[in-house]
Parts: sequence; C-alpha cells; structure tokens
Amino acid sequence: MKAPSFAYAKPRSLDEVFALAEKHGEDAKLLAGGQTLLATLNMRLSSPALLIDITGVPGLAGITVQGNVVRIGALTTHRAIEHSPEIARHLPLLAQAAPNIAHVAIRNAGTLGGSLAHGDPAAEWPACCVALDATIVIAAKSGERRIKAREFYRGLFETALSAGDVITAVEFPIPGAGYRSAFLELARRHGDYAIVGVAALAKAAGGTLSDARLAFVGAGPTPILAKSAMAAIEGKKLGADAIAAAQAALAKDLAPTGDLNGSPATKLHLARVLCGRALTLLAS
Amino acid sequence: MDTTIETTITVNGTPVTRRVPARQHLIDFLRDTVGLTGSHIGCEHGVCGACTIRVDGEIMRGCLMLAVQANGRKVDTIEGLSDSGELAALQKAFHEHNALQCGFCTPGMLMAAQDLVRTRPGASRDEIRSYMSGNYCRCTGYHAIVDAVEEVLENAKGAKR
Repeated sequence: MKAPSFAYAKPRSLDEVFALAEKHGEDAKLLAGGQTLLATLNMRLSSPALLIDITGVPGLAGITVQGNVVRIGALTTHRAIEHSPEIARHLPLLAQAAPNIAHVAIRNAGTLGGSLAHGDPAAEWPACCVALDATIVIAAKSGERRIKAREFYRGLFETALSAGDVITAVEFPIPGAGYRSAFLELARRHGDYAIVGVAALAKAAGGTLSDARLAFVGAGPTPILAKSAMAAIEGKKLGADAIAAAQAALAKDLAPTGDLNGSPATKLHLARVLCGRALTLLAS
Repeated sequence: MDTTIETTITVNGTPVTRRVPARQHLIDFLRDTVGLTGSHIGCEHGVCGACTIRVDGEIMRGCLMLAVQANGRKVDTIEGLSDSGELAALQKAFHEHNALQCGFCTPGMLMAAQDLVRTRPGASRDEIRSYMSGNYCRCTGYHAIVDAVEEVLENAKGAKR
C-alpha cells in the first residue's frame, strides 16, 4: 500500500528539530533511515501529519573511540557498524549481530538510533545495548540526558523517550581484555525478525565464565537480561551441569509470548538451545 | 506545511527535478514520474526485494525510501546498470541457467547479485544464499539463481588467474 499524505521537513540543526517537534507534538514523527517507519506508514499502521527528517542535522553519524568508551552516532547505519574496524576490535558483539539485521539493502539505510527508538523486542541492537550496558544519549529542548539501555525499555514498543526527544548517540563501555561475545538468533529466513535470539558476553578464563551477560531477543516485551541464568554460571567452570543450570534458570527470566512462530513453551525451549550454544562459544 | 517538495535526483547519471509529494516512494517516482519501470513494486514493506535500486552506490529498497529523501543523491536503476554493461555477465548467466520464469523478481535479483559480485567476489554458495535472502522469487525457486551467481563469481576468479 501507499503511505497516507503527510508533510515533510528536513531541519539543519537540533534546535530546528525541537521547534518543529514542539509545534506539532504527537502529529510529528522523526525520520532517520526510515526502514521501519516507512513500512509502517505503507501499511497505514501510523499516520503522522509531519515527518521530520533528521538526517540533515550534522554530527549525528560516526563511530569514535574515546578512552574506554565507543560512541556511535544515532544516524550511523547498520552497515557502517558491520564493517567498522573499530567495532570489530572493541565491540565484536555488534559486528556479530549486524549481519542478522534484515538484509544488505536495508542495513545500508537503517540506523542504530532508529532501531533503538522503535523499541522492537525482536530487534538486535536493543539486546546488544542491554548486554553491553550501553548508555543512550538523548537531546531535548530542555537539555541532554543519558539513560542506561537497561532502563530505556519500558514495555512493548515503549521506551523512555518523550515527544521532542532525539537520540543523538549511544555510548558503549569497552569490555576489555579477556571478554568474549557471541550473537545467535533463530529466524525462518536469514534476515527476518528473530523468533528468539541472544546477545552474549562474558569474561572467559580457563573455561570459567564471569561477568556473563545474556540479553535475549524476542523473549518478552522488551530485550531481557537473563539475570537468573547469568547468576547460575557466574564463576563456574563451564560444563554440561553449569549449562543445564543456566538453561533451567531461563524459566525465571523469560516470558515469551506465543505467535505464528511458536508457543511460549517452544520459544523458551529455543531460548535454552541458544543459551547453551552461546555459553559453549564463550567458553571455547 | 509543505506536502510537496522540489526534489532533484540524479537518475542513471541524468539529473531530474520535479515537485514531488512527500509521501511518494522513490520507487514510484522512478516508475511513474521518470518512466523507468524496470524496477518492480512487490510487497511495499521491504520484504521482497523487487524494488532494489542503488542510492549513492549502495543497494537499498525503493519502497522504503521517499523520493524526497533521495534529494541531491545519485540513484541507479536496473536500466542504468543494464545499459552500462555492468550486469552483462549476470544477465547472461541468469539466461543460461534459466534463473527466471515470470521475471518479476529478476531486476531486484540482478541488483542484489551485482552488489554481491562487486563486494564479495570470494563468496561461497552459502554466502550467496545468505546475501540473496532479501530477495523473494515465487516461481523459479532459488537453485538456478544461486547457480547463476556462483558461475559469475567462478568465471571472475578464473579471469583473474
């Protein structure tokens, strides 16, 4: 289908974005890469009166390393993250996750900030940000604020963003030496939204995992940090028993909803399978 | 507020300036305004890949971009890449392998396959499948398409040796 009629503006500064957003309130939507927004407009799931294209605002794209933090601008495309040498070196989890995001033609246009703001629990970046304990930088007319990714997601497609807020960047602490990561997901077709996925990170030494983070995709209304499973393997030598304990603990962490892809029980099972694979990869 | 915007897009090397409705997809601009109907419209929500085009040298979905978002940018379509000869090897291989029946998906397939040929000349058969997973074919099936792409990659490797 075709999108309903709307107006379009391409401001050249954040101040202009704030002014437009304030004037039009809930009738305005921010447009970045548009890879989700345009699909929802085409399907008439949303009908804003105005699209504010923020790609004309300078300084919102790019990857920079500052000390122990990698800062990724909100307008950085999935593809740029996928192919960045800085990301491969400092945040390999993101490089591992990127190829799972839709298809090349979509990764060339879609952006990190857009994906985070949309808040789809089946998307890859939100879970990665939760696993890596990233901080989301938000600009508003009232000033800039920072929110931890772990506190950013409030419910299904609900985030800490209010009207007039613009995600400008995401700051990732560099995990440092000894950490290993893995990103795994199950989808019917490569590039489709995940049925279940996991972003996994841990410090690995001599087959023992510590500071493990398991953030699940598609296993609840938001990306979910599986704290019980993480506690079950903390500091343990990773063998069949520890993996089974983590898999069992997932029942306390995850609450997947049933859909065309499977029942809640099927999805919990699949999450356990991925959990086992991810832990094995981290410890190997 | 403006619901139409003056927009200039360089289409296959030629600048085209029109006043476009903000809601108009780039693919509709190319097909209906410019008259380049080689790129097709399938699902209109980014799933099928029939509308794959190049924007500033990178493949994108023509249905997930507004014409106005391409203002000031370079867009290349199947017509441009076909006329320039860039697709000749793939077109020949698709023909020889019977990698199309109705042909609806073929322009998008060729645009995606050429991107693969250009950026991943060493791709394995699995990588070809994964790369082409964003393009649906509903009649030929993918086997012949993957065969055709694989042959072009093999021939290119042979030519370099």
